[in-house]
Amino acid sequence: MSALMIRDLHKSYGGLEILAGINLEARTGEFIALVGPSGCGKSTLLAMIAGLETVTSGEIWIGDRLVNSVQPKDRDIAMVFQSYALYPTMTVRQNITFGMESRGVPKAEQAEAVKRVAALLQIEQLLKRKPGQLSGGQRQRVAMGRALVRDPKLFLFDEPLSNLDAKLRVDMRTEIKKLHHRVGKTTVYVTHDQVEAMTLASRIAVMNQGSVQQFDTPKRIYDRPTNMFVAGFMGSPAMNFIPARLTGSTSIAVRAADGSDATLALAAPLPASAPKDVVLGVRPEHIYRFTTDLKSRKPAVESMQAPVELVEPTGAETLAVLRLGDLEITGRFEPDDAPVMGETITLGIDMSRACLFDPTTRALL
Amino acid sequence: MADIALNARHDPEAAAATRRYFWNRFFVYAVLTLFAVIYLAPLLVVVFNSLREQSEIARNGLISLPRSFRLDAWAQAWGTYCVSGTCEGMKRNFFNSLWMTIPATVISTLLGAMNGYVLSKWRFKGSETLFNLMLLGVFMPGQISLMPWAFLLGKLGLTNSTYGLVLIHVVQGISFTTLFCRNFYVSIPDDLIKAARIDGAGFWRIFRKIILPLSPPILIVTVIWQFTGIWNEYLFGVVFTSGQQQPITAALVALTAGGTTARAYDVMSAAVLIGALPPLLIYLFGGKYFVRGLTQGAIK
Repeated sequence: MSALMIRDLHKSYGGLEILAGINLEARTGEFIALVGPSGCGKSTLLAMIAGLETVTSGEIWIGDRLVNSVQPKDRDIAMVFQSYALYPTMTVRQNITFGMESRGVPKAEQAEAVKRVAALLQIEQLLKRKPGQLSGGQRQRVAMGRALVRDPKLFLFDEPLSNLDAKLRVDMRTEIKKLHHRVGKTTVYVTHDQVEAMTLASRIAVMNQGSVQQFDTPKRIYDRPTNMFVAGFMGSPAMNFIPARLTGSTSIAVRAADGSDATLALAAPLPASAPKDVVLGVRPEHIYRFTTDLKSRKPAVESMQAPVELVEPTGAETLAVLRLGDLEITGRFEPDDAPVMGETITLGIDMSRACLFDPTTRALL
Repeated sequence: MADIALNARHDPEAAAATRRYFWNRFFVYAVLTLFAVIYLAPLLVVVFNSLREQSEIARNGLISLPRSFRLDAWAQAWGTYCVSGTCEGMKRNFFNSLWMTIPATVISTLLGAMNGYVLSKWRFKGSETLFNLMLLGVFMPGQISLMPWAFLLGKLGLTNSTYGLVLIHVVQGISFTTLFCRNFYVSIPDDLIKAARIDGAGFWRIFRKIILPLSPPILIVTVIWQFTGIWNEYLFGVVFTSGQQQPITAALVALTAGGTTARAYDVMSAAVLIGALPPLLIYLFGGKYFVRGLTQGAIK
């Protein structure tokens, strides 16, 4: 059974269309990430699921109930806000019990629930404090505690980690993942951070300009992005887009640094309907230094020459900016085997992992 | 430290700068003191006269240092002085003012808080227009509404009564209280309201449990503003009430106008001070909260 089902959902303010026909579905216990650049409509979508925004047209189902016109409090959801939205005049305990008090849960039951959640999130020693006396990470925990205490059908997270510093963000990300494993609740998680989406979600909906570009598992989204937007948005450094020309049904030509064409054999033949001009999409980690040994391990690797313009060692890996025709591409290398600046190296491009796009429709071929 | 003192040599530029600084300060404080004296002098004269004997005032003139000291004028002004036939002093009018100001202040502040809450957190189509129309009230002088009020009070049977004045001051004050509260509540994050709605709280529960506990800074401002404004108001009091129903501001005029005998400057001074005391006390005790509340946001 699906815990959340969204059918052909539209939202517009006046004449401005924010969401243009969203279809999504979350199975019970699933962790769905909504990811996209700011202004793509992901937060509006979440607010509509929560009932904080009205539906222009379409349907939202939570469990087996159509909730389009159900009040937020009756939707059986809990939400964690980017700003945490802790009630500033209440103690942590009062913050956590506020919802139960609104619903008239008996005091003994409230105390029991607070105890359970406080232990789960390790915030027992904070219960008497006010939000103003907490650090960012502690506020984050309390905000999650307030959501967890509800035991709802659906958890909604609206960019919950954006206000934390980089290190804490990674820690809390791990905690959210652990927590989800332990609690097993269906979760919808909005983020603009593709790494968060990749690490947390069982399925990701990549959104842009009010519509879902691709809704699939992190692996499928990363390996087979359905269009150039998804390909460019997911992954850092971003996928390289190299203009190319078809030279047969199984080979393409790309412009090398010296202006000559390099021919690369495709791993699989393209359909006959493919256009003459295509875009070759290669992720930085699928670019290697070419060796015969590499070719024997990965038969789909194709080679070409490229000068190294810039090298950026990060410790764990070394990024190299390579010149190809008039454009620069990024390759990700082992630090021990990294090219040096000024060198011209023979690249090995793993064509079995590469994607080809139609430059006019920007869709995957 | 001793070393530094030993090594310090005479620096003419530093000395000149110090001198310039001193004269600058001196000038600033001299001007400020002058203006403070100009503003405080009338108050001082009134305080002195309220403590002098009438005969001494007549002898030495209105503006003069006290040569005698009596509290009789205060007692007379409060309880026994005769104004147009009744000899009850200002006591009754003082309480009229109190029974007018307190309810009007409380009601207009509460209504302002609720209006501000709705206009900032539960916006609806046209709510901004409504707010702008209410703002007009801030800039509208009271005399414009004299005629409508006369008509309305007549219809309601509230002429010459404190209740009528309470009604007038509540309505006239709503523009200000709404403006204050609405602008304060705008700085409360909307996420708080959303979180509370998901938590199952409704319109009133959010107001009572989340908005009001955040409100003391602006409520103090509003109460001070309303209390002093309503207490000191004169026009409506003098137009719509007479005699024993008058608030103290209006009665003070009767005090000076009435009587064929020589003017009792000592009693008048005491009466004026009695009439000015509540706002002065409010200012003395609440002034610092007033400034703080106006400049501070809802969430620190």
